Amino acid sequence: MSMPLECYLVVSTLLFFIGVYGFIVRKSLISILMSIELILNAVNINFVAFNRFLYPDQLEGFIYSLFVIVIAAAETAVAISIIINVYRAKKNIDVKSINQLKN
Amino acid sequence: MDYSNFLIMNHEISLVVVMILVLLADLFISNKKRFQYLAIGLFAIHTYLSFRWNIGDAESFGGMYITSDIHCFVKNFLNIGTFLVFLFAFEWNKTKNLSHCGEFYFITLSTLFGMYLMISSGDFLLFYIGLETASIPMATLVAFNKKEQDSPEAAAKYVLTAAFSSGVMLFGISLIYGTCGSLYFFDVMENFTPSPLHIMATIFFMAGLGFKISLVPFHLWTADTYQGAPTPVTAFLSVISKGAAAFAMFCIIVKAFANYPEAWERFLWWIIVITITVGNLFAIRQKNLKRFLAFSSISQAGYIMLGVYAATPQGMAATVFYLFIYMFTNLAAFGVISSIENKTGKLMMNDYNGLYDTNPKLAFVMMLAMFSLGGIPVFAGFFSKFFIFASAMQLGEYVLVFIALLNTVISLFYYLLVVKAMFINKSETPIAKFKSDPMTRLGLIVCTLGILVLGLISPIYEYIQSISFGM
Repeated sequence: MSMPLECYLVVSTLLFFIGVYGFIVRKSLISILMSIELILNAVNINFVAFNRFLYPDQLEGFIYSLFVIVIAAAETAVAISIIINVYRAKKNIDVKSINQLKN
Repeated sequence: MDYSNFLIMNHEISLVVVMILVLLADLFISNKKRFQYLAIGLFAIHTYLSFRWNIGDAESFGGMYITSDIHCFVKNFLNIGTFLVFLFAFEWNKTKNLSHCGEFYFITLSTLFGMYLMISSGDFLLFYIGLETASIPMATLVAFNKKEQDSPEAAAKYVLTAAFSSGVMLFGISLIYGTCGSLYFFDVMENFTPSPLHIMATIFFMAGLGFKISLVPFHLWTADTYQGAPTPVTAFLSVISKGAAAFAMFCIIVKAFANYPEAWERFLWWIIVITITVGNLFAIRQKNLKRFLAFSSISQAGYIMLGVYAATPQGMAATVFYLFIYMFTNLAAFGVISSIENKTGKLMMNDYNGLYDTNPKLAFVMMLAMFSLGGIPVFAGFFSKFFIFASAMQLGEYVLVFIALLNTVISLFYYLLVVKAMFINKSETPIAKFKSDPMTRLGLIVCTLGILVLGLISPIYEYIQSISFGM
């Protein structure tokens, strides 16, 4: 007896909103990046669960989640290099320190 | 594998060839000044050739990649825009960035490649890949001045919001997959079920895309990123990237969500009203010209969305025409700003006091750009605004058009503030008289011609209308 689709969707929705919450409240740029990864993983769970339970005869969802993983890795690489740049410029990676741009 | 699929991808293949040649030339040519001419020349050949291809309606990879005359037209004018950005970037590359200018050209071209894919996509997978291919290199472009304080900050804001927004958009796409069972736009249109889940998916998707077009309330990154990025990159971001995203949004609405407009119509209505109003009101109090143009471009994005909201063939013609005119107009403004920034480093609005006395030509071009952005008749901006209002009027959206018209009046006020600073205000220390370099001058002449002439040549609009499609 396997778990129904709803269980997977509850997990993915929780992950998504934990990610959104983290993106808004976390102070360090690295933890914000981790929150974004949570969002993307929620998306992957969604795709795989929908594909497995609703449309078991096709592969579109699986392939999409593979692409999401690859592109997320590329995005993280660029984001981390930019965060290192911020660290060089400001000597910390707190969100509060990146407030120089204003009117 | 059937390689004939690639035969209709002329634009993409030619651009990839140019990218590889630029990369190789960057390796082997040590004289970077000569390299710059080579890179711009190669891209000019690509731009010229792409006008000559007549591909027509076609699709490949099982409908994943779609092209038609209007797609080619949009790609062509993105080419022209990128070419103008290269011309404006020439001086900046020469003085500040000579050792890394190869990377600048390569990354800009790969961003453009992503936009091609995004425009031509017939499937959410290719759309997502194109979007990310456009926005990941874009973040590195924003971070280009890595020795300065502002650029990393702007880039951090850009890359984090871009990643977050594509996450939100992907969540919407995954729900669309759940309800429709396919990711091809055509199948999404056929198999949709009018359920709350589908509405939620549509809203998530549009919210994610709204970040890219910088619609309010997803606009918070815009001003900071525009201010901190190098000026040519800001121009690229505000015109090319926004234009491609807006056109892609139009295509997706028409192809995937057209038969259930209840899911997005109200949402988009409110977004347009808030975007135009907030963009205008915040632009009034900006003193830094790049921030000023950032808020101005937010409100312009609202006007563009009017055509997207209409989603008729006429709406598409109006949207594409608006983007076309907006490209020349905004690039003219950014060309003036970047040439003044290169010579003097000045960016504030009160630095421009008395510009007419010392540099009358630059002041004249800036004045044309501001008049056209504000929509004063005879200039091209008036005609593009007129068509976009007409397309929304056709649907009977009188309230929406009325709000947009009121906002045009507000926007005239702040556009004329710049003109007033240049022509009327006197200054003790005006920007000294200087001669901008030939590349910038060439770009400014093209932009000026675009502003003055494009609105008056009616065949252009008629051509766009004849190849447009809609719901």
